[in-house]
Amino acid sequence: MLKTYTYPRYAYHRPPELDRAGVRRVPLVVVGAGPVGLAAALDGAQRGLPVLLLDEDNTVSIGSRGVCYAKRALEIFDRLGHGAEVALGQRIVDKGVTWNVGRTFHGEQEVFSFDLLPEAGHRRPGMVNLQQYWLEQYLVEQAERQPGVELRWQNRVTHVVPSAAGVELRVETPDGPYTLQCDWLVVADGARSPIRRQLGLDIEGKVFQDRFLIADIVLERELFPADRTERRFWFEPTFFNGQSALLHREADNVWRIDFQLGWDVDPEEEKKPERVIPRVRAALDGQGFKDIGFELEWASVYAFQCRRMKNFRHGRVLFVGDAAHQVSPFGARGANSGVQDTDNLMWKLALVHRGLAPDTLLDTYDSERTEAADENILNSTRATDFMTPKTRASQVFRQAVLGLAKETPCGRALVNSGRLSVPTIHRDSPLSTPDAQAEGAAAFKGWMVPGAPADDAPLAGGPGSAGGWLLDQLGDGFVLMLFRSEPTAAERATLARLAAAPVPVRALLLPATGPAAERYDAREGTCYLMRPDQIVAARWRSLDEDAVLRALDRALGRQIAPAAASATRETA
Amino acid sequence: MNHLNVQPNLGIPGERYRHAYMPGDRFYEMLIEGHRGLTDEQSELMNARLVLLLANHIGDLRVLQEAITLARAGAAASSAPAKE
Repeated sequence: MLKTYTYPRYAYHRPPELDRAGVRRVPLVVVGAGPVGLAAALDGAQRGLPVLLLDEDNTVSIGSRGVCYAKRALEIFDRLGHGAEVALGQRIVDKGVTWNVGRTFHGEQEVFSFDLLPEAGHRRPGMVNLQQYWLEQYLVEQAERQPGVELRWQNRVTHVVPSAAGVELRVETPDGPYTLQCDWLVVADGARSPIRRQLGLDIEGKVFQDRFLIADIVLERELFPADRTERRFWFEPTFFNGQSALLHREADNVWRIDFQLGWDVDPEEEKKPERVIPRVRAALDGQGFKDIGFELEWASVYAFQCRRMKNFRHGRVLFVGDAAHQVSPFGARGANSGVQDTDNLMWKLALVHRGLAPDTLLDTYDSERTEAADENILNSTRATDFMTPKTRASQVFRQAVLGLAKETPCGRALVNSGRLSVPTIHRDSPLSTPDAQAEGAAAFKGWMVPGAPADDAPLAGGPGSAGGWLLDQLGDGFVLMLFRSEPTAAERATLARLAAAPVPVRALLLPATGPAAERYDAREGTCYLMRPDQIVAARWRSLDEDAVLRALDRALGRQIAPAAASATRETA
Repeated sequence: MNHLNVQPNLGIPGERYRHAYMPGDRFYEMLIEGHRGLTDEQSELMNARLVLLLANHIGDLRVLQEAITLARAGAAASSAPAKE
């Protein structure tokens, strides 16, 4: 029982299948109503695929768990909030804490501090702290108002039988078992993934021999003024005998302190309040907060692994989130990368299901998201290696870096206490059309390369212009952005034909000057073809209908030979 | 005159980095990987060899003197070795 949060108890309803003869077949089942499964369900339903979402429990995340939501994830949540009064990303930002000052210490000494001033011209900040249960509650509320999602609590999948034609599921409920068939199964059942295990699928990687204690505490009063919320990180802290510690703030004046305990500790002992409370008291006292009382809200001891499944796609079974890949918590790459999985997957699944794209399009879910998982694992492994030096040589290097960081900018650049989750740029995606000219006057500058997730930008309001934010205008279908003050009659005719295609490409007219044009290095006539997951598919200096149609074909996976998708992954 | 550059300076000429920390993290990984599997004595020797090779590459004795001075100051001030 938490002091600042009451767990909702979601009602179980007797499934109609229990009282019906025959086996029902549905298009899509998602297993696991955590943040990733909920995102998958909302995305599928918004794309017109009815979703049956099954969860073995009847409430949200027990304990705060994932607490950092990064910009790209917030933007995806915004997109998943169809029909909501307040954009989902906004609810998270409003409830959560946007921290801005980061201070890093080595022992008692401050190594450096930074002010995380958000880059101007983005609707969402780089990161927001919020307890996972709040996020899940908001997502469940959204799922409840989304008629395309049927959420069944206390429905535990006990057995899965995939075949070329579909997947058969056995589901256990308080009233007994039933059988169900589906065309597609999205598996979001977490790091221990019972479905992955039952199917005997490997997940390989590195176990880090380290344990961390998380203590969530409620403070009597605030440590810092609300607009100067600090995140503090210590290497070799003086208040306990461990490698590192971290203090950051969550919603409702809950603070999290993370203690790196090392490997040779008893996890059961370490999470007992009589062990945790003195550690927390010492940490607060050590920071000059002797007079501030606290109550322990939640404590947990965890170890982590950096690993992923070799393939995220197994025919009609698609693995997403922690079920498919796991990383260290440094840098917030768990739930954040999980919702990017579903962002990548669900538009492809909807098009393939409707026969509007070939099955090979789904192979690119695997190639793109295994690429992203590798990048996440690389970044989190580098942070882990810096934070937990295992040899004498790496200890000395770490000490040298922390020393130089006090004296030089080049030393500071090497201090790695976790790099904030950022989306992967799929440079070699088979869905992208390379630029026609890489050099010369027509070449593009900046970062909106084919395969890059779209950067947001503010749009000017006023007559004939939508105002608001670019990502809102992109929405969740294919979009042709045309930077043009006054489109020609021929351009208008082209845009109208593209909008009427079997897979429609909606036109978005943007001014050729201003923040969006700058961010996309656009001139009069520049256009971008954007994928439904807001990733750049192709771009040109002028609108050419045939070129757009070829790029669309490619973005739909129609130019991939059936075996080529996996070959591309090997070389990427 | 050439001075020791203490601004972040790592990377591959012609390569672009979406985030400033990327080349530094890659270098640090190369460094730690380079030492993997060596005994403490072997690591120490490797570090010395590395210093000599990089010094030769830099060449300019004025830059090297600045680096030696800066490196020594922090090391001489340190009281204890890294925690075991």
